[in-house]
Amino acid sequence: MDTSMLLIIVIGLAAGCLGAILGIGGGMIITPILTVMMGLDIKYAIGASIISVIAMSSGATIAYLKDDMLNLRVAMFLEIATTVGAIMGALLVGLFSSTFLYILFGFFLLYSTYNMIRKLMSKKGESVYTEQDTTVKKLRLADSYYDKSEKKKIDYSMKNIPGGFVMMWAAGLASGLLGIGSGAFKVIAMDTIMKMPLKPSSATSNLMMGVTAAASATVYFFNGSIRPDIAGPLAIGVLVGATVGARLMQVLKPRLIRMIFVPIIFLMGLQMVLKGFGVSF
Amino acid sequence: MNKNEMRDVELIIGKILRIGVVVSAIVIVLGMILYLVNGGSGYADGQWPKRFGLMFQGIVQGKSYAVIMLGIFLLILTPVLRVVVSIYAFMVEKDRLYVYITTAVLVILIFAMVFGYNA
Repeated sequence: MDTSMLLIIVIGLAAGCLGAILGIGGGMIITPILTVMMGLDIKYAIGASIISVIAMSSGATIAYLKDDMLNLRVAMFLEIATTVGAIMGALLVGLFSSTFLYILFGFFLLYSTYNMIRKLMSKKGESVYTEQDTTVKKLRLADSYYDKSEKKKIDYSMKNIPGGFVMMWAAGLASGLLGIGSGAFKVIAMDTIMKMPLKPSSATSNLMMGVTAAASATVYFFNGSIRPDIAGPLAIGVLVGATVGARLMQVLKPRLIRMIFVPIIFLMGLQMVLKGFGVSF
Repeated sequence: MNKNEMRDVELIIGKILRIGVVVSAIVIVLGMILYLVNGGSGYADGQWPKRFGLMFQGIVQGKSYAVIMLGIFLLILTPVLRVVVSIYAFMVEKDRLYVYITTAVLVILIFAMVFGYNA
């Protein structure tokens, strides 16, 4: 494992850093690298990528002693939808055709790409939604974060909580059924459906992904899908990469983060649609 | 509870989480060092411990793969720790609704983990 160990650590560093900035687990990046480039069996690649999602989430968590970026209430409230969805997905494997699901979720990502490009093009820039409806008030979801790139505290609110809740449930279902981290779906649920600003959306998705992944990781741990020589060094690389990425995210402009996010969800969407039609890479 | 005390609680929580993650990382790195020093995993090719009993047995015998697996398992527990301390944080804030919501998340999570062990 000596030389490949170093290579895996480097892959982990890059994936962890990118994942922490965008709020995605990076499974869709790590899995193809491990299978196509390193010739690893898909079963072990998925096991390793689940561990890297947890490492990404926890690495981003400890970047600061006090995390003002994420919204703990939104995270815990929506986590109920995600974990229930994930468990249902794990139980329902086989009932749904994965072909149909890959195509459905793939097209959703492509549609989100289009939405995000439109948001990038709009002259309003990154507008902040501040009105509070009764659900937001009742659940005390409105919060604020300090934006280091704009050097000011930003108060924000959100809307369409039921829509976000259903989307999170679908994200959980997808992760249970297809064995993916579904971080991108979580960011889209908060940013696009609930109109939360992108930075807290990404940070909150980071936290949620770790909790969701922990729920399914024990299955993989005990059924022998987690290889110590792969998952160990990968976890170390991702942990370090994520602490760097979480710090970097704070100072980046939201618009720049969105510009990195767009091509990535486009490729992920394309990857999923193609996979649905039987083309894997 | 005033602002300063609240801030103290948040800092303590931050430190607990940091210790949890750092400990699991140290265990994984120790296992990797052990692999390099011993020049092997301590197991036959393609084998490693998948159950607690075998894992702890392997650790006592100084087998590197057993140590890495323990580190990975500790890492899997870090998000659980995150949820537990969040319950505590909401209790300190006297936010009863979110104590319930977060406890529900913990219960679902533990259910899923036990399910995973027995699956």
